[in-house]
Amino acid sequence: MLMDELQFIGINSIPIVALMSTFMGAVISLQTASNMDSPLLPAYTVGYITQSSIILEFSPTIISLILAGKVGSNIASEIGTMRITEQIDALEIMGVNSINHLMLPKILASILYFPVLIVFSMFLGMFGGFLALVISDLQTTETYILGLRSWFDPYNIFYALTKTVAFGFIIVSISSFYGYYVKGGSLDVGKASTKAVVVSSVVILIANFIITKLMLL
Amino acid sequence: MISVRNINKTFGKQQVLYDVGADFQSGRVNLIIGQSGQGKSVLAKCMVGLHEVDSGQILFDGRDFTSMEKSDRAEIRQEIGMLFQGSALFDSMTVEENVKFPLSMFTKMTKKEMQDRVDFCLERVNLQGRNALYPSECSGGMQKRVGIARAIAMNPKYLFCDEPNSGLDPKTAIVIDSLIKDITYEYGITTIVITHDMNSVMEIGDHVIFIHQGKKWWEGDRHSIITTDNPEIEAFVFASEFMKKIRSSLKERIK
Repeated sequence: MLMDELQFIGINSIPIVALMSTFMGAVISLQTASNMDSPLLPAYTVGYITQSSIILEFSPTIISLILAGKVGSNIASEIGTMRITEQIDALEIMGVNSINHLMLPKILASILYFPVLIVFSMFLGMFGGFLALVISDLQTTETYILGLRSWFDPYNIFYALTKTVAFGFIIVSISSFYGYYVKGGSLDVGKASTKAVVVSSVVILIANFIITKLMLL
Repeated sequence: MISVRNINKTFGKQQVLYDVGADFQSGRVNLIIGQSGQGKSVLAKCMVGLHEVDSGQILFDGRDFTSMEKSDRAEIRQEIGMLFQGSALFDSMTVEENVKFPLSMFTKMTKKEMQDRVDFCLERVNLQGRNALYPSECSGGMQKRVGIARAIAMNPKYLFCDEPNSGLDPKTAIVIDSLIKDITYEYGITTIVITHDMNSVMEIGDHVIFIHQGKKWWEGDRHSIITTDNPEIEAFVFASEFMKKIRSSLKERIK
């Protein structure tokens, strides 16, 4: 079960995470470079800002919001469909604890694999920034890498991964809740799926604020 | 044997079951019949613990299911097989995995023993060699038969079938009815079938309970249902002119 969920929640999300991270990293670095017209600011500041934006906010939060849409809606509709087609009743009648059976592997998979996805996203984001700057001839490789390494604080990685684990738990538990307690037919499964994504996203934003306040300030 | 004593059930302010009581003997096919919305499915769901009753008792061979702790209920539930109206097969699993599921969850069988049991159950419902199919690749009748195979995989003492013939053509419905009857007699299971299919009543109804307005309105067998003068039964069973004609000719023959 856990391996299936790792595949479903984790591996299947790699393409969208890779695509989003590379392009967003590229755009962050280009936008930063375009706004750096003061001669007082060293060129490597672009790399530093790209690194900070990606590690602190883009990868853990924005990618988690994307995953709330992809993974959250999938989970809500999967469990919701099981509810309306009586598959959950079948589990209960067999004597299976359906909440445990359906949700625990998903929660474990998200807690284990979301940090891996986010680290992957961080690398690709910074690589995207590198590609955009170097291909556009805006910076040299050395300057960009110097920027990435400047004022690097490993605590930021810890902060980002802590957020990621919390967001993974939020996405899976909220989506499972809306799927599990759906009533009605296929239309209601769709509504539950949408609601799961909206609520997960809002809770992620609130949790992001609280965790940032607690860990960074 | 399953005994139901004075079951009352309400949803919000609406009472659905009123003091329902009955005994369902083992080795017999017990039918719960009635019009839609009269409470027969609610009664069945109360009996398997999907709904909690407001008052009353449900006894599985003398064990009071209603007053049990959750962990003790799980033990009884492993003795229950259920065939759902929509089959309720796990659609991410193959036919074989569906039948194997309860075995892998609750037994310590070896892989070989599990495979043998799965093959036996599938053969019992004439689905040998269909192990690798997914539910979406099966016809409605096949899905019901997989549902039966999964329900009997754990050698249940009690078998519940919710509208086993709904959505099936008459010929396939007869196949499903025969399977339910054969399995009940062969293994001495207490079988409870919720239906409003009169063919099923006449084919397999060893013991029939008619639920009307949330109450047990009538009790008998498939023979006595033809001769009863209960007006609600008449209105339900012999609703069409065609059925009324059949009934009068049957009555003549019985006389």
